[in-house]
Amino acid sequence: MRLPKPRGVLSEWVVSRLADARPSAAAAPAADAWDDESLALWTLHELSYRGFEDADERAEWDPEVLHVRHRLETALEERLRSRWEQAGPVSVGVPSEVPSALEALVAEDDGPSLADHVRRRADRDQVLELLRQRSVYHLKESDPVAWVVPRLPVRAKAALMELQYDEYGDGDPNRLHSHLFARGLDAIGLRSEYGAYVDDALPETLEMNNAVSLFGLHRRLRGAAMGHLAAFEMTSSLPSRKMVQGLERLDLGGPMAAYYDEHVEADAIHEHLAARDICGTLAEDEPEQADEILFGAFTCLDLETRFATVLLASWEA
Amino acid sequence: MPERDYDHPDVVICPDGPLLLRNATSVQDADGVVHDVRRPVVALCRCEKSSRLPWCDGTHKVIPRG
Repeated sequence: MRLPKPRGVLSEWVVSRLADARPSAAAAPAADAWDDESLALWTLHELSYRGFEDADERAEWDPEVLHVRHRLETALEERLRSRWEQAGPVSVGVPSEVPSALEALVAEDDGPSLADHVRRRADRDQVLELLRQRSVYHLKESDPVAWVVPRLPVRAKAALMELQYDEYGDGDPNRLHSHLFARGLDAIGLRSEYGAYVDDALPETLEMNNAVSLFGLHRRLRGAAMGHLAAFEMTSSLPSRKMVQGLERLDLGGPMAAYYDEHVEADAIHEHLAARDICGTLAEDEPEQADEILFGAFTCLDLETRFATVLLASWEA
Repeated sequence: MPERDYDHPDVVICPDGPLLLRNATSVQDADGVVHDVRRPVVALCRCEKSSRLPWCDGTHKVIPRG
């Protein structure tokens, strides 16, 4: 993957700073807009995943670059937490209530459903647009979650590995979820290389990715990372089935439908592992993480709602 | 605190949800068809409304709880 196309003065600074390892002559400017800011943070986070062919690998741990990343992460975390505050955060009295509190959060979520639209009404161009946006995450599916493994107590760690093993294909590279998605993209004529559609990504898409990277990269945010994972898995099985129906309706079945088909079955299992064996035991072992788990779950649902709202509005759907 | 061992059952009944089964290699459904298992854990439908029996597909969540 090559460095993305800048969207303003800050992402321009980031891109040129990463392309040239030397300290910058000028300090990083303030972002022009949210779009510029989210692309800048996405680019900085990407250094810890697969990196860029045209970036210096040492930039990942360069203090000047880290300073900018820290500034942007602080702003993002404040934004996410203030939305949770505004939504009227739930708090659990006893850690053992975490799985049922997660279930209640998911049940109360009334955001618009992209999968419903795909199943019934979306046209081919809309589905391709949705898949291009989704590709930013699905081509690295589960990777940010993997960072959390060493930070968990015994039971949550074993449960996360049980889940991740399945995400990563149970040892079979052909069944790795990100690989299944790449095969699906190829089959419907979209580009499947890692990061192919970042230049087309909506700021909402970048923010979803930035949030999950933020949670995955910081040990302090392990509870939020696991809550986010639980909400993601708990809202996947039924919508994945609708995606299969919509893709088949539009003659886009085959490998892309197979990717979603895999998630109908896998996530019907994973949601229980995530809510009970991961989040439930984490809250029991580290009670101060209970409310963080719910913050992470809310963030997952809220960012998906924002993404779906913008996309559906752009289609006048 | 000293280390202890934890429960890790092979069969787990989820409240208002499926039955989780660990370490199975094959499952025979109600019609006698045998399905290979390729995952460390599978979820077996208990509400009988799944579109892909014997596996759970989450359909129980849209059925009113009696």
